[in-house]
Amino acid sequence: MPSQPAARKPVNLNILGVVPFAIFALMFLILPTSTLMVGAFQDANGHFTLENLRQLFDTNVRDAYWISFKISMVSSMGGGVLGFILAWAAVLGKLPAWIRPTLLTFSGVASNFAGVPLAFAFLSTLGRLGLVTVLLRSWFDINIYSTGFSILSFVGLTITYLYFQIPLMVLIVTPALEGLKKEWREACDCLGGTTFQYWRFVALPVLWPSIVGATLLLFANAFGAVATAYALTGSALNIVPIMLYAQIRGDVLHNPNLGYAMALGMIVITGLANTGYMVLRSRSDKRRA
Amino acid sequence: MKSESRLGAWIAMAIGTAYFLLPLIATFEFSLRMERGVYSFEAYRVVFADPQFQTTFGYSIVMALATILLGILLVVPTAYWVHLRLPKLRPIVEFITLLPLVIPAIVIVFGYLRMYNSSALIPLTGSERATDFLLVCSYVTLSLPYMYRSVDTGLRTIDVRTLTEAAEVLGANRATILFRVIFPNLTSAILSGAFLTFAIVIGEFTMASLLDRPAFGPYLQLIGANRAYEPSALAVIAFIITWASMGLINVFGRSKSAKPAH
Repeated sequence: MPSQPAARKPVNLNILGVVPFAIFALMFLILPTSTLMVGAFQDANGHFTLENLRQLFDTNVRDAYWISFKISMVSSMGGGVLGFILAWAAVLGKLPAWIRPTLLTFSGVASNFAGVPLAFAFLSTLGRLGLVTVLLRSWFDINIYSTGFSILSFVGLTITYLYFQIPLMVLIVTPALEGLKKEWREACDCLGGTTFQYWRFVALPVLWPSIVGATLLLFANAFGAVATAYALTGSALNIVPIMLYAQIRGDVLHNPNLGYAMALGMIVITGLANTGYMVLRSRSDKRRA
Repeated sequence: MKSESRLGAWIAMAIGTAYFLLPLIATFEFSLRMERGVYSFEAYRVVFADPQFQTTFGYSIVMALATILLGILLVVPTAYWVHLRLPKLRPIVEFITLLPLVIPAIVIVFGYLRMYNSSALIPLTGSERATDFLLVCSYVTLSLPYMYRSVDTGLRTIDVRTLTEAAEVLGANRATILFRVIFPNLTSAILSGAFLTFAIVIGEFTMASLLDRPAFGPYLQLIGANRAYEPSALAVIAFIITWASMGLINVFGRSKSAKPAH
């Protein structure tokens, strides 16, 4: 120790510049999250236990995770595929030039148009008195609610989530599509390759890290969303964020530490999805470079 | 084959446009139906006349402005310093700023409630003012990924080192360099981050609701649960705000790239 301070001094002074940021991150991001993680492994008296984690697999909690998982899965896959198709149409579809910037600007808006207002918009569209519901009934005599559809259901929530998932996909995957070189397509055409062969052997192998990575990001995005689901369905749909919301509001699980364990479960799932996204993105960045 | 892909692209774009425009049209149409038999802006009039709308909207605007101010004061000096003196820390700082995208907002606020409850060491949820401060900090946290990325991108386009050295030679101290040299060069980047922050904060629900503050997001939810036509009017208003924020980002981004000669 005594021999080191002289050599370290300049470094230490520079470090001071990020102290405010470090304190802020600790106080409002890292420590609060950490206390939850610790709480997940404690019983009511503060002793170490794995009981809370075990209770995550009790029926009602496990069901909530399963429904959340399904909604996130379907809305991220759906958002991924549809967003990719839209981005493809805008970048490679030989459409008028103004379409691409318009789509990107709109995607920027729509990917941020989540939460309570989005729920209102879909209630006005596909709710019982919504415009599309009413028009389908009066013009085509189709009553979507007689088929068991409801905007407050799994399908309804998924359709609503797509409204911010698709634009997010468009925003992430457009740069990757723009990175496809014209020469690759021309080389493939010259060698007698079909459109299918071009996509199967050239384009998709280049694009897949971006596509899968972005889909993982969409998954995490849907998994943590609270406001849209809460405003749309109230507590009718038993998904993890809603259950956690109710737990924070009034300890509906009758075990505060189980709430911490649920929070831990959410972080683990969104953390895994995001790690996958970052790994795949760095891989596609490297390839492009 | 070429016309084929163009046809497919048109179909994709048409379906996409329908999916994205229908809810907006439906919401707008629904918001005009408050008076029986005729289209009118009655729902909007009712909303704007609601004192609760005025107070919650005003409250959220104040929170958004405070968030932007605190966010700028936190992010710009940090990003500047990391660029200039601590490039090795860059991946770590960047990683931390991305964490709010990984950790769901509901988990972060749950952590606040456990850590800052009224019997804790720092009882930030103990009084209304303290909770307002906590809410602002939570919004700074939420907007950290966007603010940092925006400022970081801005710093990459200017020569931080030369600017700093030139200012030092002219006798400027650290604060002068930061506020009179670096800030003005980052105006468009800061404004982009600020407008995005505004769009995120103005209707935010989770944090405000669980911290029990009278913000616009919880008000929206309350109206949605109890009224028929006002929610649509509010959704239209919210969409216009989001659209305006994004539009302003484009305007300022463009005005900067339009004069690269400087």
